[in-house]
Amino acid sequence: MSLEINHDRCMHCAACVGSCPENSLFLREFILEVDESCVECGICVKACPIDALKLRGD
Amino acid sequence: MDPNEGDILECDILVIGGGPLGNTAARFAAKNCSERVMVIEKRQEIGSPVRCAEGISLSWLDELEIEKSEHFINRRVLGAKLYSPSGYNMTLGKEIAGDEVGAVVERDIFDKEMAVLAAREGVDFMLKTSALDVIEEEGIIKGVKARRMGSNFEIHADLVIGADGFESQIGRWAGLYGTLPLKDIMSCFQYRMTNIDFDPHYTHFYLGSEAPGGYIWIFPKDDVSANVGLGIQLSQLDGSKSPKDYLDEFVEKHDWLNQGREVDMVSGGVSVGPPPEKVTKDGLMLVGDASRVVDPITGGGIANGMKQAKIAGEVAAEAIEENDTSEEFLQRYENRWRERLEDKLWRNYLAKEKAVELDDDEFDMIIDALSDEKIEEMSTEAILKAVGDKYPELVESFEDML
Repeated sequence: MSLEINHDRCMHCAACVGSCPENSLFLREFILEVDESCVECGICVKACPIDALKLRGD
Repeated sequence: MDPNEGDILECDILVIGGGPLGNTAARFAAKNCSERVMVIEKRQEIGSPVRCAEGISLSWLDELEIEKSEHFINRRVLGAKLYSPSGYNMTLGKEIAGDEVGAVVERDIFDKEMAVLAAREGVDFMLKTSALDVIEEEGIIKGVKARRMGSNFEIHADLVIGADGFESQIGRWAGLYGTLPLKDIMSCFQYRMTNIDFDPHYTHFYLGSEAPGGYIWIFPKDDVSANVGLGIQLSQLDGSKSPKDYLDEFVEKHDWLNQGREVDMVSGGVSVGPPPEKVTKDGLMLVGDASRVVDPITGGGIANGMKQAKIAGEVAAEAIEENDTSEEFLQRYENRWRERLEDKLWRNYLAKEKAVELDDDEFDMIIDALSDEKIEEMSTEAILKAVGDKYPELVESFEDML
């Protein structure tokens, strides 16, 4: 599994960043990034108001 | 002027986040001490893009020493209209609608105005600058690592104020946060719509399962335009629909809306948990959404945050003047803001916990009961009494809370 960020949908609102229990997401101005500490819990997928995040099976 | 790779900048008070609270904390800090206060903001433009539904109370502006300027006040509304799932509705007049919705503002203009007020007190700004980490030595926050236009550098400060919003990294890096449970997070989506047919003199709130655990808002911007949005509790989302999908369904369903045109989109997250246990540590204070003081019932953060930011700025100035930025000294900040906000935050949090359990039938009953009553004031007690007179079984579970 891995977290996939759809940058075409992302509105840089950081709803995912604030919801992430692992502090794995980071928004630097208009770029959303996820780091290796992500445990693929899927909370950010729910938190995203616009379906820009997805967990994808390997 | 631009910092170079490896530079170390110095200031006395460093505010992370150039939103209205960050700038207000900076303003009151600079006003009350003669030392150097600096704000860093990750965006290139303060106030834009807007991340707000823009319905606010004006009651706190005087206390914050902000002139009620028509530059940022779009309109004052006559009141709020509440709708239940089956279409019962009630109107709360301006004098009883509580202090959350009294006017619709232009947040981008308001936010820039807050920066101007801070600048007049001598605050410095650095835009397009992201904080990358806190600098912590033996448990004391000493500043941040930052990045601007490709250069990495450090900013050292005697006191850091984290005003970096719901997504606060400062609070996380400093270890001040626990994890938010899903039920205490709202995911929000909004369109600015024009060409719609509605009553532009009121704010409108739709309750029930069209926005589970939250509500749909319609806040007027002009006679045919409004911010149309919703917030949904994460624990009520099953992954099949996003908040945007919920809003699209609502818009499509109503003829007065679905002929409209979208001219703007806003998304965002809001915390609606209980007041946090601790928002300070040695060398650090958190304010506003970063300190999780959003009203759990309304999801509105600016009124609480602004009051808190003023206190933060004043205590920051005292700390610098007295050369003591220890957590012990900053307890002054904790005490003063809690004195001001904590009781209401707890009460509204407990009310929210009950309110999210209501189903559509119960919302119908409540709005039906309230629409008959002449409620003199919009207090929890007044609502419970009005509902209890008609549907006693509905208020039983709420009564324990009081």
